Amino acid sequence: MITAALSGGFIDAPVQSARAFRAILEAMARPGTIHPVDGAAAPEPLSVAASVALLTLADGTTPVHLAGGANSALVRDWIAFHIGAPLVAAEAADFAVGTWQDLQPVTRFRIGQPDYPDRSATLIVEVDRLVNHGPALTGPGIALATWLSLPETEAFHANRALFPLGFDCLFTCANRLAGLPRSTKVEKL
Amino acid sequence: MTDQAYNFAYLDEQTKRMIRRAILKGIAVPGYQVPFASREMPMPYGWGTGGVQVTSACLVPEDRLKVIDQGADDTTNAVSIRKFFQRTAGVAVTEATAEATVIQTRHRIPETPLHEGQILVYQVPIPEPLRFLEPRETETRKMHELEEYGLMHVKLYEDIARHGTIATSYAYPVKVEGRYVMDPSPIPKFDNPKLGQNPAIQLFGAGREQRIYALPPFTEVVSLDFDDHPFEPSKAPHDCDLCGARDSYLDEVITDDRGGRMFVCSDTDFCAGRQADGHRGRLSAVEAVQ
Repeated sequence: MITAALSGGFIDAPVQSARAFRAILEAMARPGTIHPVDGAAAPEPLSVAASVALLTLADGTTPVHLAGGANSALVRDWIAFHIGAPLVAAEAADFAVGTWQDLQPVTRFRIGQPDYPDRSATLIVEVDRLVNHGPALTGPGIALATWLSLPETEAFHANRALFPLGFDCLFTCANRLAGLPRSTKVEKL
Repeated sequence: MTDQAYNFAYLDEQTKRMIRRAILKGIAVPGYQVPFASREMPMPYGWGTGGVQVTSACLVPEDRLKVIDQGADDTTNAVSIRKFFQRTAGVAVTEATAEATVIQTRHRIPETPLHEGQILVYQVPIPEPLRFLEPRETETRKMHELEEYGLMHVKLYEDIARHGTIATSYAYPVKVEGRYVMDPSPIPKFDNPKLGQNPAIQLFGAGREQRIYALPPFTEVVSLDFDDHPFEPSKAPHDCDLCGARDSYLDEVITDDRGGRMFVCSDTDFCAGRQADGHRGRLSAVEAVQ
């Protein structure tokens, strides 16, 4: 019996997912702000924050793409037991999980349709470092400007140029997460 | 006491996840109406089923909920929704705008400025600003896609041609971040300037029409107008008869059948707060005698 797949879920799902969603909502609505979350732990290599984001947002109706190292047998079993999401190729995914390198090329992901820009992917990007230092961010949700350690800037310029189409990102590091919706303008470095 | 027969905040987890995903996409594309699978709620359409679903998806046990209906905390709709969440989510409630973390509103933005950490949830009857100009959803969707908003300007122009001024006084259309034209729900246009650059998160839920849209904090929101007919937030040209406020939105109350009337703040919490601070209006003394 694979016990690793059975543990690591929410103990009190309604309340824990509510608190997790509020953190994710604040993160997406205020790009660059970093929020702690807890309550879920998928098997390695997924971080606590990525596990929480998946448990809170994904379910049997949302295809998930596991990129690179995240696509391990243990993680697949964990998702099958706790979430029941179909695992799919990058092009068909509502949610994708992996490091920025593993998610390349990000142009594969769904950016929505001109009449339905909401039909786009959300990337859960695992990063080693998540601090308020790096390229400046401006746009909706940001009073003047803020800074966030991003893995690169070029891809986000290209994504912003597609607005209102584009993918949205959640950056996860250990038990902390930050959001970068498609509406945010990233400083050119 | 939480009613144990229901899941936390009434809706089941699968439904809340679906609503939460729609809210996040709404935040990512400010002003765009995200379709969602609106549920039957234990109240009729038109009583805030959209707002209740959005509130349900956002609430945490630590929240302090305020519900207003046309600015008032003590009307049937507001009281019912507040009791509903007290019973199903066990959250604390308040009437004080500054103390609330989640505020569900029907047709007003509170007078007291909102701050970071607050969420304002609007109940929306018709989310599509172009609906009364173009009844077909297929067409209005195409118009949003192509940023084809000429029809809305024609409508405002016809207002001017007919009345000499833009006569639209509530649900006044706005443009969000220079992209989507959005219906701010039937708030008076007096409240429109509070939509933009607001530190709080603003979420809009339309239950019957199955749409959710959002304004992240500090978003640019411009009320549509013309260079020679600029947008003007308007209110009754009076002071509040109870608290004397000169800058709050007023309700007109008919007091007898001989033309007697009084004007009072529509925001009951704001008005009560001012009266507690010692502010008095034209009819305050009369009130005290009664």
